[in-house]
Amino acid sequence: MSINKDTIKKISKLARISVTNEETDRLEKDLNSIIKFVEQLKELNTDKIAPIASVSDQALTMNKDEIKKINEKEEILKNAPEKNSNYYIVPKVIE
Amino acid sequence: MTDLTKLTLVESVKHVKEKKCSAEELVDAYVKRIEKSDKLNCFNTKDLENAVSKAKKIDTNKKLDKALVGAPIAVKDLFCTKGLKTTASSKILSNFIPTYESTVTEKLWNEDAILIGKLNSDEFAMGSSNETSSFGNVLNPYRLNNENLVPGGSSGGCASAVAADLTSATVGTDTGGSIRQPAAFTGIVGLKPTYGRCSRWGIVAFASSLDQAGPMTKDVKDAALMLDVISGYDEKDSTSANKPKSSFLNSIKSNIKGLKVGVPKEYRVDNMPKEVDDLWQEGIKILKDNGAIIKDISLPHTKYALPTYYIIAPAEASSNLARYDGVRYGFRAEGKDLTEMYENTRSKGFGAEVKRRIMIGTYVLSSGYYDAYYLKAQKVRNLIKVDFDNAYKDVDVILTPTTPTPAFKFGENTDDPIAMYLNDIFTVTANLAGLPAISLPIKYNKDGLPLALQLFGKSFDEQTLLNTAYSIEQQVNFKSQVKDWWM
Repeated sequence: MSINKDTIKKISKLARISVTNEETDRLEKDLNSIIKFVEQLKELNTDKIAPIASVSDQALTMNKDEIKKINEKEEILKNAPEKNSNYYIVPKVIE
Repeated sequence: MTDLTKLTLVESVKHVKEKKCSAEELVDAYVKRIEKSDKLNCFNTKDLENAVSKAKKIDTNKKLDKALVGAPIAVKDLFCTKGLKTTASSKILSNFIPTYESTVTEKLWNEDAILIGKLNSDEFAMGSSNETSSFGNVLNPYRLNNENLVPGGSSGGCASAVAADLTSATVGTDTGGSIRQPAAFTGIVGLKPTYGRCSRWGIVAFASSLDQAGPMTKDVKDAALMLDVISGYDEKDSTSANKPKSSFLNSIKSNIKGLKVGVPKEYRVDNMPKEVDDLWQEGIKILKDNGAIIKDISLPHTKYALPTYYIIAPAEASSNLARYDGVRYGFRAEGKDLTEMYENTRSKGFGAEVKRRIMIGTYVLSSGYYDAYYLKAQKVRNLIKVDFDNAYKDVDVILTPTTPTPAFKFGENTDDPIAMYLNDIFTVTANLAGLPAISLPIKYNKDGLPLALQLFGKSFDEQTLLNTAYSIEQQVNFKSQVKDWWM
């Protein structure tokens, strides 16, 4: 399977990263070489193998249901590029 | 007078405890060295003045009994530090100030260690040479005929800082080899603990099922002491393990008589330099001399580890890095609407390698490709884990080289991502299988560059790993040969 310029365009849209034409050329070359490399896995028959998402054998534990008051609104908002009182400001979404 | 920066962490703490020096004198010694070492570019942020005042405060304590009392420690700039800029060496986080402290670093400060700064790394820990950092290359204190070399990556700033005596010890993170490979390149000890041994809470996430924090230190005992402090269950990380532990440092012993050591034939790769193969044989001989039993073993799916990693790690990264949206983390590039703002922010905020990995991750998770790539990789990951489960029926630890080559020059592997990825060929398996592994400096090659061996242990058996490493360390007596050429 190879990745062409249209695929790059589609992935960059999904990943929300704009790419220039120059970047597209480089990405086409690099992504194809990475995909070719990872396709070695096709040599293996894995029909009867279960996929694992993690090696942790830890069962999820319950935390105590208790209220912890953390009021860091102002501190957290200090990291926002744009804010207004207690809100993050983003470009207009609905006309 | 002793140069305090030459002491190991264990010795430094002992000095302060026994009042052979004050915490302030210890911190001062490091501050002076750090101020003369900008050329190495180890630090993204220094916090020297605060460090001195914290040291003064510690000196007024009635009791100097904490495990890391007075030790000046800089940490990888991937650990969130409350009130101090945390960038992951990325432009997109270049002015992010966390409102909380990572669990691992909090444990350090609770033991009276003193934060002296944040260390450079590859951007979002993605790289093997520290060349993907948004804040410039880090230089290895070791050079080849006066030519600069990479420190390895991604914890390159950490590795150089320990090797150059700019921090008494440090914590890095290891997703595919990011503690062990730079440790090998700079002649220091690097330990990746078992997945779940240390809390991931407050560490900038790269690939959550692989990431693990661990010590990078001057010697094995220092690594044991650091692991004592930073490990443990944390309810804020649901994957952190609730296992009983005793002190790794107090239990350390060099007697390994009867220990069974596996040597996997699949790690003898094509084109392996003779010096690395010879090193491996030397390691086998040392262990034999120390009373260990050597066994040839097979880890049949080793060659598929790197391809598996380069599906799973980018997939998880593409998901983890979705949060950098130009709204919450300081950096924003404007756009005419919300989507364009996202696209411009992420295009200008991320560097080339990070974009490459997000794109690959997005591709392998996208509709129509998920089964062929991501699901397939998760199945092969299982096979790799089973390889180790089977091997550990016969052996206690496994010995391999840490890296296929010693440190290399800048730009040598930057044109071809695969060439760079091959650096992690011996280290990624530990992350995929969740196992602890340690890199240990052994000797210098004919050019004066450090060479290192790696030991893998059983899950949550860091003690055997540390004991084995300690036993080798006693034999090889590796000493730093860093000459302060940059001062």
